[in-house]
Amino acid sequence: MDFYERPDTDDGSMIETVAQDGRSHLVVIGNGMAGCRAIEELLARDGTRYRVTIFGAEPRVNYNRIMLSPVLAGEKSFDDIVINGHDWYRDNGIELVAGDPVVSIDREARIVVARSGRSVAYDKLLIATGSDPFIIPVPGKDLPGVIAFRDMGDVDTMLAAAAEGGDAVVIGGGLLGLEAAHGLTLRGMKVTVIHLMPTLMERQLDEAAGWLLKSALESRGQTILTGANTAEIVGADRVEGVRLKDDTLIPAKLVVMAVGIRPNVALAAQAGLDVGRGIRVDDHMVTSDPNIRAVGECVEHDGQVYGLVAPLWEMCRALADGLVEAPTGYRGSVTSTKLKVAGLDVFSAGDFSGGDSAEDIVLRDASRGIYKRLVIKDNRIVGAVLYGDTADGGWYFDLLKKGEDISDARDLLIFGQAFASGGGQADPKAAVAALSDDAEICGCNGVSKGKVVASITGGACSLDAVRSSCKASASCGSCTELVENLLALTLGDEVQAGPKTLCKCTSFGHDDVRREIVAQGMTSIPEVMQKLHWSTPDGCSSCRPALNYYLLCALPGEYVDDQQSRFVNERMHANIQKDGTYSVVPRMWGGLTNPRELRAIADVVEKFNAPMVKVTGGQRLDIFGIKKEDLPAVWADLNAAGMVSGHAYGKSLRTVKTCVGSEWCRFGTQDSTGLGVKIERMSWGSWMPHKFKIAVSGCPRNCAEATIKDFGVVCVDSGYELHVGGNGGIKVRATDLLCKVETEQQAMDHCAAFIQLYREEARYLERTAPWIERVGLEHIKRRIVEDEIGREALTARFLFSQAHSQEDPWAARASGVECEQHQHLGEFRPASALEAVR
Amino acid sequence: MIGDWIDVGPLADIPPRGARTVPVEGGEEIAVFRTGDDAVYALVNRCPHKQGPLSQGIVHGHAVACPLHNWRISLSTGEALGEDEGCVPIIPARVDAGRVLLSRVGALAAALVG
Repeated sequence: MDFYERPDTDDGSMIETVAQDGRSHLVVIGNGMAGCRAIEELLARDGTRYRVTIFGAEPRVNYNRIMLSPVLAGEKSFDDIVINGHDWYRDNGIELVAGDPVVSIDREARIVVARSGRSVAYDKLLIATGSDPFIIPVPGKDLPGVIAFRDMGDVDTMLAAAAEGGDAVVIGGGLLGLEAAHGLTLRGMKVTVIHLMPTLMERQLDEAAGWLLKSALESRGQTILTGANTAEIVGADRVEGVRLKDDTLIPAKLVVMAVGIRPNVALAAQAGLDVGRGIRVDDHMVTSDPNIRAVGECVEHDGQVYGLVAPLWEMCRALADGLVEAPTGYRGSVTSTKLKVAGLDVFSAGDFSGGDSAEDIVLRDASRGIYKRLVIKDNRIVGAVLYGDTADGGWYFDLLKKGEDISDARDLLIFGQAFASGGGQADPKAAVAALSDDAEICGCNGVSKGKVVASITGGACSLDAVRSSCKASASCGSCTELVENLLALTLGDEVQAGPKTLCKCTSFGHDDVRREIVAQGMTSIPEVMQKLHWSTPDGCSSCRPALNYYLLCALPGEYVDDQQSRFVNERMHANIQKDGTYSVVPRMWGGLTNPRELRAIADVVEKFNAPMVKVTGGQRLDIFGIKKEDLPAVWADLNAAGMVSGHAYGKSLRTVKTCVGSEWCRFGTQDSTGLGVKIERMSWGSWMPHKFKIAVSGCPRNCAEATIKDFGVVCVDSGYELHVGGNGGIKVRATDLLCKVETEQQAMDHCAAFIQLYREEARYLERTAPWIERVGLEHIKRRIVEDEIGREALTARFLFSQAHSQEDPWAARASGVECEQHQHLGEFRPASALEAVR
Repeated sequence: MIGDWIDVGPLADIPPRGARTVPVEGGEEIAVFRTGDDAVYALVNRCPHKQGPLSQGIVHGHAVACPLHNWRISLSTGEALGEDEGCVPIIPARVDAGRVLLSRVGALAAALVG
């Protein structure tokens, strides 16, 4: 619970000022890749020096913009490309103001003003406004259906258009345009690419590679028009087509403009900062105002502006060094490009325009569709273009950036690193081993080889672990092979492959552990750890709760729950809050209550000075601010009024939400309230892989929101529709329809069987939604709908397990069981003669 | 009687892989931990991250995972493990004849100053 209040800023009259703790206030304009990366770099150096506020124009958390292409192509979801979720902002004490862009800067007063009128004072300001797509000024450019390809909103528009099929035109045959065209083609649209220049991606590819690319795209069904000049976009109310200067008319219901980007300097220019093509900055990313810095695509450094991601990483490092007063300085970037179109490998770096003193080394293999060209000047690589086989791109780029003399390896250079560095046999591991520590492995997230190796030696023993610890290979995945080779090189046989292990303490995955527990008849956590070769003496906070649950599920009535392997909430039977107090939620069956219960709750709130009572989303009451010492007395009072634990703290059944149903509602078809109460009486107290929510709606108007619950019942005239796998949390997922049944008893039996299947097959901390996505709805239907005998067995196992678990944990605690959980060991009174008492 | 060590209770009252608390009059609460191999440690009951009550965390090896955000804190040094950085004051502790003893100086310094 967050009790402290913020000053009111909505009226614009109050200005938020420096934090009371005296730290300097760093305000960031731009919640994109540059703004957030800058803060990440800053936090890595000094997490305490600044209070940080980030303004973002988009109403979203920070995501990886260069991964929009895979989202459009359906290879990634938005969640996959989130760099920093809400917890990052929260955990680092960063205030995110999303969807409220800054509209002006008052440099005199050091204040920024957002569109809502909100004013915030800064000590240091960082402008990271990025760039805007360039819209060519032709008639019809403002018609509905004409968009850019810049943010998640654009992707949503393209997906909506693609859902209906039809013709699309992409104007611009550069990197972004081709990725947009590829995504739209995959989504089923008929795509024409219009490109002004004679070859595609002319800024990155030479003529030969551009031609190869064009042929490949055409064979995938795209129409590529090079040397084509757009005259106008036609349409009455919305776009209907594009007319070229030669009068060709290309039909289109969607036009994507991807002709280039322009640094977004409007805010800086309006504030009177020195602005050229971009916001001018020095080597430490400081603008003409010493209190204002800028990074990313919006800046101009040494006459250069950049539209790629790698320079941004380098700028952010220099910026953060400067902010913590250990300045290093940015010296400009050499860039390389990779096209993110599945199956088409294109790489380019440096300058390949040739020139007087430049020499070319070219390799062509027409039958395999391979083209490689290195541009050499003074025995150094100055440019590289690779088509069809880009494995050596990183190595060439490394040589290029370092300006290394390649005269010794020149004969073999074009055959790649494995040959040129000797050896002869192309061993990809040797190639990775030969890379220098600062060679870039992951371009999407700016991770060097040294960082990847450090995270592997730091304990990341699998691809997933590397992805989560240093983010390498976590975005587009094109460097996955490199990361896997680094894992193999660093760890040898110790690499953990395949499905994720349960935790770092074991090489077994969740499913293996569960299978072995049953197969070997294991009965305790130490036995599991011994027999399955745990690498730690008593596990960790990830595996112990999982093992405790797996044993509990496998041995109902026999296994003795290990309290020390329970997360605090399940051990204390209440929800810990940020100040260390607890919240208490008594069960209200089906959301029903009565005067006696309400009186008892009111009395508890007064007696124990609970600062807040809240109605929960699950139709019950949450009492906040109870001290751990007071919990048994609170529970005793609630028990006395007939209430039991609501398990609001557990990986267990939470609530059964109901509407009033046929008893009162003029639309109700069945007694949804009564059925909800019966289901809750049947399933309360059961431990599960994760929390579990149920709802029963009395008619298809669905007032109980049954279709975003783990198990939902929607009553209809002829019976009960049973829905499964819904979730209203971070990622909203509507339920899948499992089946329809005729009687209440059938609905309850199916519910019990579904819960038991979930208890037996889902991994610990896996909600029903991801579980069903993993195993497939068909699997659930086979087990519960089609296999009648199997379903009855599941139901029976659930009811057997319930016979052992439906004891109110509060009643036991209130009677004094495990009272030490709520008492101090001793006391220490330094000033008193009797200094330690028990 | 003022000695160098304060007796805060019997070891048997702390569950293995668990912790109990010792409030300090006018100072910060101390958490006393017992590991799976019966070592005893005392730390100020406050995570360096967001002040979570470490006594309520899961004890594994000679470390505890904070119940609020799962930071892992070394019981022997009080330092955050892994990627996280921060440190909580420790109080010398030992077991004598089945009783848990805390260093008086340590308890005063950590709980009153820390």
